[in-house]
Amino acid sequence: MTSILSIKDLRKTYDGGFEALRGATLDIREGEILALLGPNGAGKTTLISTVCGITKLTSGTVTVGGFDIQSEYRAARGLIGLVPQELTLEPFETVFNTVRLSRGLFGKRRNDALLEEVLKKLSLWDKRNAQIRELSGGMKRRVLIAKALSHEPRVLFLDEPTAGVDVELRKDMWEVVADLRDSGVTVILTTHYIEEAEAMADRIAVIAKGEILLVEDKDHLMQQMGQKELEVQLTDTLAAVPEALDSYDLRLGEGGKSLIYTYDTRAERTGITALLNDVAAAGLTLADVQTRQSSLEDIFVTLVNDARPQEAAQ
Amino acid sequence: MNWTAIAAIYRYEMARFFRTLAQSFLSPVISTSLYFVVFGAAIGSRIQEVEGVPYGAFIVPGLIMLTVMTQGMTNASFGIYFPKFMGTIYEILSAPVNFLEIVIGYVGAAATKALFIGVVILATSALFVDLTIAHPLAMVLFLVLTCVSFALMGFIIGIWARSFEQLQLIPLLVVTPLVFLGGSFYSISMLPPFWQTVTLFNPVVYLISGFRWAFFDQADVPVGLSLLAIAGFTALCLAIVGWIFRTGWRLRD
Ligand SMILES: Nc1ncnc2c1ncn2[C@@H]1O[C@H](COP(=O)(O)OP(=O)(O)O)[C@@H](O)[C@H]1O
Ligand SMILES: [Mg+2]
Repeated sequence: MTSILSIKDLRKTYDGGFEALRGATLDIREGEILALLGPNGAGKTTLISTVCGITKLTSGTVTVGGFDIQSEYRAARGLIGLVPQELTLEPFETVFNTVRLSRGLFGKRRNDALLEEVLKKLSLWDKRNAQIRELSGGMKRRVLIAKALSHEPRVLFLDEPTAGVDVELRKDMWEVVADLRDSGVTVILTTHYIEEAEAMADRIAVIAKGEILLVEDKDHLMQQMGQKELEVQLTDTLAAVPEALDSYDLRLGEGGKSLIYTYDTRAERTGITALLNDVAAAGLTLADVQTRQSSLEDIFVTLVNDARPQEAAQ
Repeated sequence: MNWTAIAAIYRYEMARFFRTLAQSFLSPVISTSLYFVVFGAAIGSRIQEVEGVPYGAFIVPGLIMLTVMTQGMTNASFGIYFPKFMGTIYEILSAPVNFLEIVIGYVGAAATKALFIGVVILATSALFVDLTIAHPLAMVLFLVLTCVSFALMGFIIGIWARSFEQLQLIPLLVVTPLVFLGGSFYSISMLPPFWQTVTLFNPVVYLISGFRWAFFDQADVPVGLSLLAIAGFTALCLAIVGWIFRTGWRLRD
């Protein structure tokens, strides 16, 4: 698959001297849904703003559809639709006018039939002549999406599309995103909920402190995420894993003083009870037992812990 | 040039104006009428003529300039400040447009509104006094250039301002005094010699004088100087706008 958006070693230092992006590198494939997952303050919005031309980059390169965002900004920006994190709309403007402005701004010929289609898809057609201030939060978010879609982008950024949205509307949003992908648009969305990334994305990129820590297929990631390790410390020293324990696929710990078992926390049976029984049956004596999360899981735990206080404050 | 984008900005800005057309139309009509009642009737009964022009007619060019300058400036400054304040500027910054296109869209709309109001005042004035325009083409040129240059200045103020207070600061502290002291309602030859000299440092004097010349074929300062002043002011505003364009000053972090 070809990459539609390519970010290389992107750095952004704000005027105050704060470095919000510290060499972020990320390739996004045409047609995928990529979730940019990270706690508040990780640099998600900064990354999007820089790609879209709202903030100036300090160093690095970004290309969209092969066009450099600085030297070929017209071609690059023409491919991008942006749905910002904040519900920024002019309260006294009507839905249709604001959507038509967006299309015009991107240099696209007037096409009211297309706008009608977009508004219908987002269940906004009935509200086309309503003023923005009359709309609910969920509808305002959809107006922002309609604005972004009005100029037929190939890449769509959704910055925290479900922030401050109740459970019901969150599900609606997930459907909207799935529809978009089906229509061939590449979608990059940010979130600080793992569950949300899991529900919507094909791939997940984790960002923290201005760096992309990893990019993985969602399925692969989720599989790894559930994994934990159980380390059984022994009084004896072993040269090899006893044959009787072969079925558990164990590793020998440091110095042969322990056995390490990897299991899936989300499986119906973890196999721990059986393992411990079999260890005893093999004539080994347990000195201690400890469990730990895979390093990936650690990342997520930190992420979630970082995200929680802000959520409570909202 | 992305003309579609320019047209989109222009139309969007004008739509706001047309939504409140009655108000946009009525307020200059009413305020002009009031000026004629106050200046024309009250003062005009004591000052019969200024340099051979009946006082009622004499104040018309100044009145138009006064309104057009403040309207052009406030329209443009508000026009660009409001999206900054609301956050909707994100869309303009992320659109495939350059700064020149943004300026043409916003300044063009603000200047058009000011021009519209100027024409309404001219028409209203014609109901009160006899008006002849000696140099119609020059009149239109001065009027349009004034609308555009003050809209440009307003645009710069709107980009510079970080609060509503700042937005009103320069118009209130600098422009309004200069405009009122710029000879809108009097000829500077009516002032004592010392103040005549001081007044010549006020750029607005040149604009009003030139505009008045287009009506009555008489001016406080040579009309060439007036043209130079308005052209210079426009060029200065354009240069500042160009610099903002290159640096992204107060627009892009
Ligand atoms: N305009 C700005 N000036 C200075 N610092 C900023 C600015 N915008 C964001 N930051 C800082 O950059 C960091 C990343 O912010 P942001 O990209 O909004 O994070 P996220 O969207 O992941 O929550 C934060 O620490 C934030 O305080
Ligand atoms: Mg953010």
